[in-house]
Amino acid sequence: MTQPVLSVRDLVVEIPTRHGILRPVDGVSYDIAAGEILGVVGESGAGKSMTGNAVIGLLDRPARIVSGQVLLKGEPIHHLKGAALRKLRGRRMGMIFQDPLTSLNPLLTVGDQLTETILEHLDLSVKQARERAIAALDEVGIPAARQRIDSYPHEFSGGMRQRVVIALALCAEPELIIADEPTTALDVSVQAQIIALLRRLCRERGVAVMLVTHDMGVIAEAADRVAVMYAGRLAELGPVRDVVTQARHPYTAGLMASTPVASQGQKRLRQIPGAMPRLDAVPAGCAFNPRCERAQSRCAQAPGPTLQTCDDRAACWFPITHEQEAAI
Amino acid sequence: MSALIQVENLIRDFDVSKPWLNRVIERVPKAKLRAVADVSFEIQERSVYALVGESGSGKSTIGRIIAGLVGASEGRVVIDGVDIAEQGSADAVRSELQMIFQDPYASLNPRWKVRDIIAEPVAVRGGQIKGLAERLLQQVGLSASDAGKFPHEFSGGQRQRICIARALASNPKIIICDEPTSALDVSVQSQVLNLMTDLREEMGLTYLFISHDLTVVRHMADRIGVLYLGSLVEEAPRDRLFDAPKHPYTRMLFDAAPRMDAFGREVEPPKGEIPDAINPPPGCPYHPRCPLATQVCKEQHPAPRMIGETRVRCHHAE
Repeated sequence: MTQPVLSVRDLVVEIPTRHGILRPVDGVSYDIAAGEILGVVGESGAGKSMTGNAVIGLLDRPARIVSGQVLLKGEPIHHLKGAALRKLRGRRMGMIFQDPLTSLNPLLTVGDQLTETILEHLDLSVKQARERAIAALDEVGIPAARQRIDSYPHEFSGGMRQRVVIALALCAEPELIIADEPTTALDVSVQAQIIALLRRLCRERGVAVMLVTHDMGVIAEAADRVAVMYAGRLAELGPVRDVVTQARHPYTAGLMASTPVASQGQKRLRQIPGAMPRLDAVPAGCAFNPRCERAQSRCAQAPGPTLQTCDDRAACWFPITHEQEAAI
Repeated sequence: MSALIQVENLIRDFDVSKPWLNRVIERVPKAKLRAVADVSFEIQERSVYALVGESGSGKSTIGRIIAGLVGASEGRVVIDGVDIAEQGSADAVRSELQMIFQDPYASLNPRWKVRDIIAEPVAVRGGQIKGLAERLLQQVGLSASDAGKFPHEFSGGQRQRICIARALASNPKIIICDEPTSALDVSVQSQVLNLMTDLREEMGLTYLFISHDLTVVRHMADRIGVLYLGSLVEEAPRDRLFDAPKHPYTRMLFDAAPRMDAFGREVEPPKGEIPDAINPPPGCPYHPRCPLATQVCKEQHPAPRMIGETRVRCHHAE
């Protein structure tokens, strides 16, 4: 097997506070191969954005990586700081944030921002950098890129701005892109365009993409594999079709059942009782056990289930087998 | 069945002109943004009517006009036989109508206790509020002892329940829900949607449900209106609309919506974006993006016409 672009091994992120240490990311491991889109889903507070930020070294203090490894093509990068990290960011890892208006500088033209990034990372003349910026805008589907390169961000619509952000993330040809809720602020028709664009770039350039979102529909359409997070831990990790249609972890199954599906009628939605635990009150054992209808006494005892100790897909002592699901 | 809310030829313009000095120096005329363009529909008593559309389609403006928060430029809104634009008469229907907003963090006063927040719509009218908040909290699935807490002590889903309790306090007939679950996680969204369904049955409520999320709308609504750039382009009963969408815009929306069963779907994504509402295209507002567009679409704004149970504004729909 070829080496994955990104490997995350037992990543633990902690935030020390006056009331004790919080663990927003608790022992997360996964790989992303070249040309693959890994979807990371979960509800707010599940630690999905925190994982993305930890990978790219954007954790705000006092949050810090206390153990585990982040490997980019086999090289550990989790301990890098300052200039070494800045060289990596943009060059080998790109980031796309949720709100395209806040991730662009309103005082600089789009062209200035793109050429700045290109000149920082690639050994090109200003003129070549500008040509490259135009090519990047062209590639993400901005019409008349040559004319629009000197426009300011406010002159673009929301969807076009997000394309500019994608161009910015791609212009130095990174190996890995972390897209944190890239379509959440956009309308459905524009969302469909952006997803199609991400998938095309991923396929053509062989970029590995970590797509963080709360929208199961987006994951189902865009991702190859999906990681479901709950309270800082991986609940389930597997190929997207299997996870969506035959969820093994009760939390994933609940998440799927509570998503209104267009093809079903006005049936009552299934609901998961309660809410995600606060980080200072994560239950012992499996974090999902107080809300789980399958929970038994073992679930409330430490150590909790992980992907390594249970079956290879769901971190659950009593995963749903497909035969049982067919009976329901 | 009688129509509880009638909206007739509703138009709302917003003045988006530059300040007058700039207009004089730069010689630019006044600019108008037509947020709602000639919209008519009726909402039957005890039904759920949904307005869907993308941002800038005017769905929230219509909700706000019906709630009386924004005035209409032309046309009328009749609620329970009372024209809400008439002086004095509006107060009579105002207490029958309440709103639930999108962001439960912004719509609750952080300095008020939950008890006072919920009882306010009744208290301002001098009604009896003893025990009201406690009873309503239980009805929406919280506990009576929560009445003494402040909003920051609750999660997003619980806050939205408090908003629902407040909306129910004055015993309204109509609740206008403007994106009530857009800010919530899916597992919490399902709790809130189920609660809204239960309350509708228990209390005989009528909902105007405003949303951009087609799956949620399909789950909740009896009748659906699709808005594009201020125009009601298609209106039909739920199953009719989803089984046989007539307007090309509705079809595009359905195709573009992400689906749980569409793994690695390879479809041509829709072209273009919503045009600038200040300078809308002439004729049918959808024609620059429409695959069916012909010359007549560029010249004439289509009038509404009926195809079966569907009312559609398109020259070519059949």
